Amino acid sequence: MKIANKKVSAVRLVKDALKKAHEFEDYNIFTFLNDEAALKKAEEIDKKIANGEKVGKLAGVPYALKDNFLSPEGETTASAHILQGFSSPITATAVEKLEKEGAIMIGRTNLDAFAHGSSTENSYFGPTLNSHDKKRVAGGSSGGSAVAVALDIVEFATGTDTGGSIRQPASFNGVYGFKPTYGCISRYGVVAMASSTDCVGFFTKTPEDMNLLMSIANGKDAKDLTTLDDYYVDSKIKEIKKIGIVKDFNNNSVDAEIRKALESKCKLLESKGYEIVELEMPALKYALAAYYIIVPAEVASNLSRYDGVRYGYRSEDSKNLDGLYANTREEGFMPENKRRIMIGNFVLSSGFYDAYFLKAAKVRTLIVKEYEKAFQNCDFLLTPVSPNPAFKLGEKVNDPVAMYLEDLMSVSLNLAGVPGLAIPAGETKEGLPIGLQLVGPRRSDKNLIQFSKELEEEK
Amino acid sequence: MKYQATIGIECHVQLCTKTKLFSEVDNDARGKEPNSCVSPVDYALPGMLPRLNGEAIRLCILAGRAMNCEINEFSRFDRKHYFYPDSPKGYQITQFYQPIIASGYVELPSGTKVRINHAHLEGDAGKLTHFDTYSLVDLNRVDTPLIEIVSEPDIHSAHDAHDYCKELWRLMCHAGVTYGDLYNGNMRFDINTSIAPEGSKELGTRTEVKNLNSFRSVERAVEYEIKRQSKLLDAGEKVIQETRGWNDATGETTGQRSKEEAKDYRYMPEPDLPPIHLSPEFITKESAKLPMMPKDYRGKFGGVIKGDILEILLDYPELMQKLNEIDDKYAILVSNLFASVLLAEEKSAEYLNDLPTAAQLKDLAEMNEKKELSSTATKEVFLKMFDPDMKGKETKTIAKELGVVQENDLGALEAIVDTVLAKPETQKAQEDFRNGEEKVIGFLVGQVMKESKGKANPSAVQEILRKKLV
Repeated sequence: MKIANKKVSAVRLVKDALKKAHEFEDYNIFTFLNDEAALKKAEEIDKKIANGEKVGKLAGVPYALKDNFLSPEGETTASAHILQGFSSPITATAVEKLEKEGAIMIGRTNLDAFAHGSSTENSYFGPTLNSHDKKRVAGGSSGGSAVAVALDIVEFATGTDTGGSIRQPASFNGVYGFKPTYGCISRYGVVAMASSTDCVGFFTKTPEDMNLLMSIANGKDAKDLTTLDDYYVDSKIKEIKKIGIVKDFNNNSVDAEIRKALESKCKLLESKGYEIVELEMPALKYALAAYYIIVPAEVASNLSRYDGVRYGYRSEDSKNLDGLYANTREEGFMPENKRRIMIGNFVLSSGFYDAYFLKAAKVRTLIVKEYEKAFQNCDFLLTPVSPNPAFKLGEKVNDPVAMYLEDLMSVSLNLAGVPGLAIPAGETKEGLPIGLQLVGPRRSDKNLIQFSKELEEEK
Repeated sequence: MKYQATIGIECHVQLCTKTKLFSEVDNDARGKEPNSCVSPVDYALPGMLPRLNGEAIRLCILAGRAMNCEINEFSRFDRKHYFYPDSPKGYQITQFYQPIIASGYVELPSGTKVRINHAHLEGDAGKLTHFDTYSLVDLNRVDTPLIEIVSEPDIHSAHDAHDYCKELWRLMCHAGVTYGDLYNGNMRFDINTSIAPEGSKELGTRTEVKNLNSFRSVERAVEYEIKRQSKLLDAGEKVIQETRGWNDATGETTGQRSKEEAKDYRYMPEPDLPPIHLSPEFITKESAKLPMMPKDYRGKFGGVIKGDILEILLDYPELMQKLNEIDDKYAILVSNLFASVLLAEEKSAEYLNDLPTAAQLKDLAEMNEKKELSSTATKEVFLKMFDPDMKGKETKTIAKELGVVQENDLGALEAIVDTVLAKPETQKAQEDFRNGEEKVIGFLVGQVMKESKGKANPSAVQEILRKKLV
């Protein structure tokens, strides 16, 4: 990372980033640009450096913040109409840690409203365009963040990954995207989608940057009881020998060029002396079904607080309380939000709980065990991130199930809580980026990121 | 027809923790501005996550042990969903599936045992005040820790329902888990009442009356429901399963919502809070901190203090604790002072928070025993102990400052008697006494008392006089 090394000033970096951000306006990457405050911060850092004062590890590094992280800079909207006008008095723990090291937020990035989606088309602000092909989607939900890094506007961007929302847009845009072990980074101050699968992570251009960001952002947070004890920095680096590939993912439902990319990476690894083993993970075929029960249930619950009573958007001409709730939520949520709220409330309904939610919870346990078993037979897994490269804008908006199938290979990691790193793996003939994901056991995050260097493109 | 009533009671107890159940904001909103004790977590800003107050867990252990309940080593939280402005998150965090407090029982003063099914820990809701065209929301009470105690249907009369609630209140107050202020809703009762023909094995359809906040209203509401349901059954009609509201002014219950309209709370495991694991050692250690309970006090003081006085004092854990610190032989005197002097005071509620020390009370009892204080003076000194000017002073000092210590020193008394006997105005009385006029002794004692400025012990004075006037 171009950390303030005195050759480039922070002001220069921030100005360049903001200039690019404005240049690429047509991609619809940002929901807010932090022009003034970012420059002011950069000036302060330059002053500190000039005075020989100690500066943080990310001093002067411009970054983009997914718009579902709370901070007082700009409105935190989660690209949802219902959060319009919400200025947060709170700063998310992850943001606090980055800023403490001197990182400068130059803008908030677009996402599918409340992170519900795989294309950023569900944003109240309209879709973000793919960095390699403006007719195609950026992926999602962290589409804005992925494109901001891919177009080299910023050094890194934050994301959240509930079922693939970092890895899939990373692979659609040819950058690194990491979903850590569940509980590695605090969720405090991050607009909740599904509490038991939400993970904070990053987009970067190199594994080294990813490692640096992880070492800064990870750790126990008293404000998030689901955070794990600090393990990242001091985790043991194990020698990697065996890489598993999942037989169940290697079939015709996966695009041929993606399968070819996987094959060539396997060959590369074999040439470096690694053993490739093929594994069967039959429980994974139930992951998507379980995911689309558990996640909507938590989504419906977590979205209950947006009622127009205390903050955000409120529908004005309601005759009574029920009307206020109904109108505010009808006008404030996107269709995909409503779809998930409906599904969630249905599966939690009295009489259906055992048949849906409880059964899905049991499937989840099976998936956890499936991964545990897999990692007894290999060190890491290498799989596609999604069945296809970036699809065309509007192609799947009217077919929610086709859209959900995009998450086929990403959601099981979230259910199991294991880490996954999306890595660039070449391009299709049409020039669209292909991504693969490295999957490791819980708490293998550091090892996983380090190992990904073995798969780097030949320079 | 004759009916047998069956009553089960759910009781909500607000715990007196320093901070709220899921955030680090002040839990004691008494006398504070509306919405001044609200954290971003209670307010349900986006991205806010609940934390768990360990003190509430400890209080749960005490509350559970006070009701002879087992404490579950494993428990967890669930979300109970409903939309209303008193619930900022749109759900209440409660324990639907695995509560912290398992089964136990409460023994009423009459000896009747009421089994407890379980008790769970949850966050309270906010408060709404309704006006003509608008309503105001106060979130100070949001996520105040509550335990909901669920009884088995072991109660069969309005009287026992009253006694159960009162005993529960006493148990919670003695365990020190709540402020116990019923008027301010620190404890609220929901009563489930059904009736069935006497001897019938099956229970009738029950109704629920919610949010009662006095023992008297519990008793009256049960009485009313039994009467109302009996009338219905006598007339060949059916009791509808429903929630009914209590009107304290009219003494009646009225239908609110029936089961068909009952809400679906869509319970779901709370994903933001890990389950609670308590080790057996921790439970044992915390259980040992349970203070003396009413039954312990009855065992200790039952033969000493009069029953009715003991039952009155049992309503005041502060007084019982104080009594327990003082030597048993002074229990009668001190308990009488508490019951007939302290509790009769207008400011007694204030005084309870600031009781004299055990040492002060022990000295007071001793002075009374040694006759250094008359019974009137004892009460006077006792009350003076609550005077801000006297606070912390030794009992002897207070008594001296009040000038009510009786003179018991025989030498000093004799000197005073001699002075009085030397006075010309007493000569006639002395002569009369010697001539057998017994009643003039009263006049002479009075003169000595006057000379001693009231501090002499009258019986000692009389004794000396009789010796000297032979």
